[in-house]
Amino acid sequence: MTKPWDTASEHLLRELAPQVLGAVTRRFRDFASAEDAVQEAMIAAFTHWQGEGVPENPRGWLIQVACRRMTDQLRSAIARRERETAVAREAETMAPTIDLESDMDPDDTLILLFMCCHPALTSSSAIALTLRAVGGLTTAEIANAFLVPEATMAQRISRAKQSIKASAIPFHLPSPPERAERLPAVLHVLYLIFSEGYAASIGPQLQRLDLAGEAIRLTRGMKNLLPDDPEVAGLLALMLLTHARRRARTGADEELIPLDKQNRTLWDRAEISEGIELLTGALAKGAVGLYQLQAAIAAVHDEAARAADTDWRQILALYELLKRVSPGPMVMLNHAIAAAMVEGPAKGVELLRALDSDSRLAGHYRLDAVRAHFLEMLGDYENAIKHYRIAAARTTSIPERNYLMTQAARLAESGKSYSDPRATARSAERP
Amino acid sequence: MKYMLMMNTMRTGRGVPEWPKKDLQAHIAFMIALNQELHERGELVSAEGLSFPDQARLVRAGKDGTPMTDGVFPESKEFLAGFWIIDVESPERAYVIGARISAAPGPGGSPLNIPIEVRPVMSGPPPEMLQ
Repeated sequence: MTKPWDTASEHLLRELAPQVLGAVTRRFRDFASAEDAVQEAMIAAFTHWQGEGVPENPRGWLIQVACRRMTDQLRSAIARRERETAVAREAETMAPTIDLESDMDPDDTLILLFMCCHPALTSSSAIALTLRAVGGLTTAEIANAFLVPEATMAQRISRAKQSIKASAIPFHLPSPPERAERLPAVLHVLYLIFSEGYAASIGPQLQRLDLAGEAIRLTRGMKNLLPDDPEVAGLLALMLLTHARRRARTGADEELIPLDKQNRTLWDRAEISEGIELLTGALAKGAVGLYQLQAAIAAVHDEAARAADTDWRQILALYELLKRVSPGPMVMLNHAIAAAMVEGPAKGVELLRALDSDSRLAGHYRLDAVRAHFLEMLGDYENAIKHYRIAAARTTSIPERNYLMTQAARLAESGKSYSDPRATARSAERP
Repeated sequence: MKYMLMMNTMRTGRGVPEWPKKDLQAHIAFMIALNQELHERGELVSAEGLSFPDQARLVRAGKDGTPMTDGVFPESKEFLAGFWIIDVESPERAYVIGARISAAPGPGGSPLNIPIEVRPVMSGPPPEMLQ
């Protein structure tokens, strides 16, 4: 008995990937080879199931195919060794055909996440391996998402697996204290996959994998496995509350539309409600962290029907908390924006002055972009234009550069440049 | 983050085609090994060598947009010999690779130390979030 192939089958296949990988890894005690075998089984399933329908026991089908690949591999490795050493060996190391489904462990997906997001890996390797081993994506799909050749991505994945092997990372769930220590690294990788979904969206859009959607799927899976962790819920909420705005974020010509100019009716209400619900549940647990705070800030923006209705006082208070939890340069910069919205642009300029000496922000375009914005609010158009242009020259994002150049051009053409005596007078009034 | 590494070669002095065979082979082997290493590290997006400048043509739109080609440009002192596009973790890593290319063996096996221009490849919009 088979079922016809549809989009749900593709989802099912991807959901099964980490479970099958867990079972095969546990059986053969070789993660790197098992991961290759499961990838082959996934590709085989993708082709066979589309033609012949989805088997009654898809998990069993995948495990069987993957195990056959593993056994074939072992057999040829043994044959090679026999040829080399001319010593006959018994084939007893061969895996007996047992019911591998009993090897399944509901924690497998979680084990794999901790393994693939291990701090011993570089973030690009961790991202690639997580998408393949946990996300069930093919190397070609991942390569396509990052706009690199498939062979390059294959090497990145293979190196990641070598690092896991070299670091002797065991295939079991880390102990609770170790898990608490390593959870931030896992969440960070999921976060990077999500933000890559935005940053990589240059180049041919068609047929590109939706990385932001994939990050949400993986984080949702993680939330199901760790339902009581407030930061996992916070990250999922942050993703949903940000993803909700995606349709309003760019215009017809792919130009960036800043938050205060977005058409808020385009925001996805369902994602906002889900995000807020998740966040409310997480905050009630009383262990506030980085992601919950960022999600709370995103929620305040999402709850404002118009930009003018934004509760900047609440956002400022949240940034004050975030500064204590995570005093990174971007947090400090965003804190300055919130402060300027509450106390006026002069306050913002004053706070930026303090950030000028922060080496982590030196030469970063956002510092100039924010300063340009404050200067414009103060009526100092000459310097605003100057800083918009500096920021445009420093950003490495094409839509951002276009946006910043357009801001400078708009100000320069509006007649509000330094030659306008009224503008100069205004800027002189407000230091 | 992707970077383009551009190798500009001086037009003056002894050109690569005039190098002794041994030095030429060492240079070619170096480039092949470097590309292989970048590939194995999962960092290579593409690498292309360009023709010698005598094959270069300057094209401008003429009347009705028809292409008007011009020969080589004797006034330029250096020309782009080839480029790499790499996808690496940090700008520092891009500079390390740039320095490796710069030190490619030249005549007598000594490092060429040619300047390598390293430029970030522009990406899509940045995320709205903080980290």
